[in-house]
Amino acid sequence: MYAFEMERPQTIADAVAALKDEDAQALGGGQTLIPTLKQRLAMPSKLVSLHGIAQMKGVCTDDDGRICIGGATTHQQVSESAGDYPALAWLASRIGDPAVRNRGTIGGSLANNDPSACYPAAALGSGAVIVTDNREIAADDYFQGMFTTALNEGEIITEVKFPVPSHAAYMKFIQPASRFPLVAVFVAKFDDGVRVAITGASEEGVFRWGEAESALSGNFAPEAVDGLSVDPSGMIGDLHGTKEYRAHLVGVMTKRAVKAAAAGETGVSSAH
Amino acid sequence: MSHVSMKVNGKEVGGEVEGRTLLVDFLREDLKMTGTHVGCDTSQCGACVVHVDGKAVKACTIFALEAEGAEVTTIEGMANADGSLGVVQAAFQEHHGLQCGFCTPGMVMAGAALLKENPKPSEAEIRQYLEGNICRCTGYHNIVKAIMAASGQDVEPPAVAAE
Amino acid sequence: MPKDSGIGASPKRREDVRFLTGRGQYTDDININGQLYVHFLRSDMAHATINGIDTSEAEGMPGVVRVFTGADFEGVGSIPCGWQVTDRHGEPMQEPAHPVLAQGKVRHVGDPIAAVVAETYAQARDAAEALVPDLEELPAVIDMKDAVKDGTTKVHDDLTSNLCYDWGFVEENRDAVAKAMDEAAHVTTLELVNNRLVANPMEPRVAVGDYNPGTDDHTLYTTSQNPHVIRLLMGAFVLGIPEHKLRVVAPDVGGGFGTKIFHYAEEAFVTFAAKQIGRPVKWTASRSEAFMSDAHGRDHVTKIELALDAENNFTAIRTETYANMGAYLSTFAPSVPTWLHGTLMAGNYKTPLIYVNVKAVFTNTVPVDAYRGAGRPEATFQLERVIDKAARELGVDPLALRRQNFITEFPYATPVAVEYDTGDYEATLSKLEEIADISGFEARRRESEAKGKWRGLGMNCYIEACGIAPSALVGQLGARAGLYESATVRVNATGGLSVMTGSHSHGQGHETSFAQVVADMIGIDDGMVEIVHGDTSKVPMGMGTYGSRSLAVGGSAIVRATEKIIAKAKKIAAHLMEASEGDIELKDGQFTVAGTDKSVAWGDVTLAAYVPHNYPLEEIEPGLEETAFYDPANFTYPSGAYACEVEVDPETGHVTIERFAAADDFGNVVNPMIVEGQVHGGLAQGIGQALLENCSYDEDGQLISASYMDYAMPRADDVPMFDVDHSCQTPCTHNPLGVKGCGEAGAIGSPPAVVNAVIDALQSGGKNVMHIDMPLSPNRVWAAMQGA
Repeated sequence: MYAFEMERPQTIADAVAALKDEDAQALGGGQTLIPTLKQRLAMPSKLVSLHGIAQMKGVCTDDDGRICIGGATTHQQVSESAGDYPALAWLASRIGDPAVRNRGTIGGSLANNDPSACYPAAALGSGAVIVTDNREIAADDYFQGMFTTALNEGEIITEVKFPVPSHAAYMKFIQPASRFPLVAVFVAKFDDGVRVAITGASEEGVFRWGEAESALSGNFAPEAVDGLSVDPSGMIGDLHGTKEYRAHLVGVMTKRAVKAAAAGETGVSSAH
Repeated sequence: MSHVSMKVNGKEVGGEVEGRTLLVDFLREDLKMTGTHVGCDTSQCGACVVHVDGKAVKACTIFALEAEGAEVTTIEGMANADGSLGVVQAAFQEHHGLQCGFCTPGMVMAGAALLKENPKPSEAEIRQYLEGNICRCTGYHNIVKAIMAASGQDVEPPAVAAE
Repeated sequence: MPKDSGIGASPKRREDVRFLTGRGQYTDDININGQLYVHFLRSDMAHATINGIDTSEAEGMPGVVRVFTGADFEGVGSIPCGWQVTDRHGEPMQEPAHPVLAQGKVRHVGDPIAAVVAETYAQARDAAEALVPDLEELPAVIDMKDAVKDGTTKVHDDLTSNLCYDWGFVEENRDAVAKAMDEAAHVTTLELVNNRLVANPMEPRVAVGDYNPGTDDHTLYTTSQNPHVIRLLMGAFVLGIPEHKLRVVAPDVGGGFGTKIFHYAEEAFVTFAAKQIGRPVKWTASRSEAFMSDAHGRDHVTKIELALDAENNFTAIRTETYANMGAYLSTFAPSVPTWLHGTLMAGNYKTPLIYVNVKAVFTNTVPVDAYRGAGRPEATFQLERVIDKAARELGVDPLALRRQNFITEFPYATPVAVEYDTGDYEATLSKLEEIADISGFEARRRESEAKGKWRGLGMNCYIEACGIAPSALVGQLGARAGLYESATVRVNATGGLSVMTGSHSHGQGHETSFAQVVADMIGIDDGMVEIVHGDTSKVPMGMGTYGSRSLAVGGSAIVRATEKIIAKAKKIAAHLMEASEGDIELKDGQFTVAGTDKSVAWGDVTLAAYVPHNYPLEEIEPGLEETAFYDPANFTYPSGAYACEVEVDPETGHVTIERFAAADDFGNVVNPMIVEGQVHGGLAQGIGQALLENCSYDEDGQLISASYMDYAMPRADDVPMFDVDHSCQTPCTHNPLGVKGCGEAGAIGSPPAVVNAVIDALQSGGKNVMHIDMPLSPNRVWAAMQGA
């Protein structure tokens, strides 16, 4: 790692102020950022740890029935406290491994927007609202491609608000080395329609599969997806899966997610 | 350099560290507690797992300054007060849950964290919980057995030849 | 009644206490006053000319003590290769130089170009980034078959080509095998890849060099499986340090699996630099560095043909293999695809004619050398896969085909130069059928089908040659060293023993099991015996731990030395009891005179040896310490049969291991608990090779699987509980313990079982797939299903 200073503010305002410095960077749980720093792929002058900001931690329900999660809330806390949204709690309970879940945060994950991360699928698939220190951003506007988001320099995710669907499930097919999703699908059925968000698959990062959403909004059953497919040309192709294979998995995992959601199950991982 | 202080295995400790000093480096280099190991640089192998405020954490993926004021437990703090092996440690020895010993500190710390959350885990739950701990020697068979045994569940004793 | 001590017991391992309490001492735990740190600048190109390196900026950076480049190692020796293979035409292999730091060219991603030594590790790394190497990229040689085509870029300009050797074995059989192929009723052909692997012991390599200018003594602390071998190779061939001035210590070592056998550039560097600078120098590999600097394993591309007569008897085997050597010849690299591979091609079967051709090839990749099993997994995999394929083509039961061709009489001289001393292949196969509950498979298959999964059963046999190795034989085969082992047994005055062994322990539990052997021979408590290993200043000589040799060879040396101790102790006991030496018996730590009630205790005799007040000084010297060197008469030949059951997800190609059973014949067993642990670990590595692990380069020579993000290590949820059995025991006939070696069996025997099972599952699902190359990733399995 290159040398940097560390600041540990106690309030959002202090964190925002600290992040105004040139090359300052926010540190969430660090579970992605620290390995990146070890490889010297980032060179911040200052890290601003969000760990000590109590107002950014915790899970509650707002007046609209949305599950609201503080940006510095760990995956472990979400898995324990978001029981009113079982598919979301299940997704959080299977990110990384137990030690990673004890440090990694929802804000950090969404700010990084790794194309294979789990949380972006939940946020986009739920139509969540990303709350920052100065505005609210709809998930549909937030994700702007691999490692790219609507966040401005120094902007912090303070909270994420998840509308709770009537049925939802997360179906994760893992890449066997990193254990990140090779392809994972979050399906959520709301009264006004179905949302399908795919992670791990696309070179553009997490995306909604509109064709499947239309079909499923009419008939929330696995057969509704029969005959539908995503274009392999935009998929990621690498050592672990070709573009064609990922495109194939999008279909399979979507059907399985629908089947699970319809049956009241919350999720399944291909890791046992 | 900044000052950091924390409690490690019940003892107040402190030191001057850089922002980039990892907790594992503080333990190994500053405190000379070399029981916590580093087996990778991508936060996957789990040889460095310690408990921070009672929770399993990869000591290679948390800065020392982030552990300010925390209660840290390492493998050196897992034995009983009289120096005898703690229940998880003893089960690892009894069931041959270690060979070269390098991943062992992380395995013991992960196993102990699991049993706090889930006192009677199934085989599948143990295997899933160990997702972030890699062992190259044991094929995990005896690690799973050891954690089962430490939870008080019946497992087969190690094989012996008949007299 | 189960044994609770001595041979056959499973006492708790004594080494565990320090490992479980954080008090092990691994090389990275060693820090010496005044120590400096080195960071290596490694090539990010696979192949390039070094036009120069500007070190000026780096040299001026904070904390930097000295920057080394290849020029500093002119006049220093080349890292040697310990084995010379002679090719089909009687010519020696091509053997390139291997400098400590690259000179003139870099030849693989990770090849060290320069080294920065600084006060802290971070300073060394910071300064290494300020080094400016002027590299001119050359075409990378990656594909082995392309590498040996005329006109291809050469990895080493001073060699005639990229072909290290073209080996034929047994060359005299070449024509006879060709004729048998032509005349066969059926020939089954299989082309396959034995995937490149990275050993990945959990402890990355570390080396600390220290030098005392007052005495001219050098010390190297290193993560090695064989410190004496490093002392010999580095001292004699690289740095010119006589062995009495060079101490090599391998303290607790966190796994080896072969990759810590070899002498590495970093070891020579820290030893050299410590003297040059006059301060200790430490190097600790990151995992990322390990991926591009630890010797890799396997990486064979093979075509095998199996000829059968009209009654399905095997009549001939012919195999052709391209074996990747990487950019340089690692310590034992040439022996792996030849003598550790060709000699195993008979397997468990009486095939009268065998011809093995191996072309070893230089490429711009990390050197390839022995990894758990080393050559034997490659032999077993192709043989057991081609037999399964033949059974499928012929429509016969794969086990019946194996049984029909089993070797049943021993000793058995194979057509590939080795003689199996003992074995009972039917016994292990029958035992396997029992413990794997083969009769219950069809019911389990139906259960899987009901869940929408295809279930497959794969079985295979294996034999391996280990207990490496008879020195005279391997000398004829090109080994440049003898492969004996030594032991010194030192009995202290009060009766406790220190046993110095050349067999290093890095997970195998020697400190426990070797003590069991000695204690059993004398009849004393295991706790009275201390096993000392891993330090050339304490142990007289040692060839180390690899090739499943520790108990068979190192243990035999201990037995021989202990026999000498007992013989001398009996003389002393005879004197003390005024009896004839021939009448003295030793049992349960008591010396008795046959037919009388006279006895003296072990401790009385040992005390007499060191306090010789009443002692036959005219006849025997005081003291009780003996050394033995044991050179085995033959390899040992463990064998067994393995069964794997998998489920395949027809929609995704995802494979899960549902059951795995292993029935092994290791001869006599000293510590059953440790033996089973060795098998478990080997099985997980074999399953890893079959399903998960894949060290992959792109066409430019970039290492794609360069971290655990892309190199899939088996995790706890990738493997099942294993059903293992070692009750079939045909003791080795030529070593005193009757033991065979168990360390590599699991990794040798398991990959074909996994692949056979997946093929069986796909066939049961109506997919006519005959082979998929490892690792059987979901993508590969799914792709094989398409159009099948």
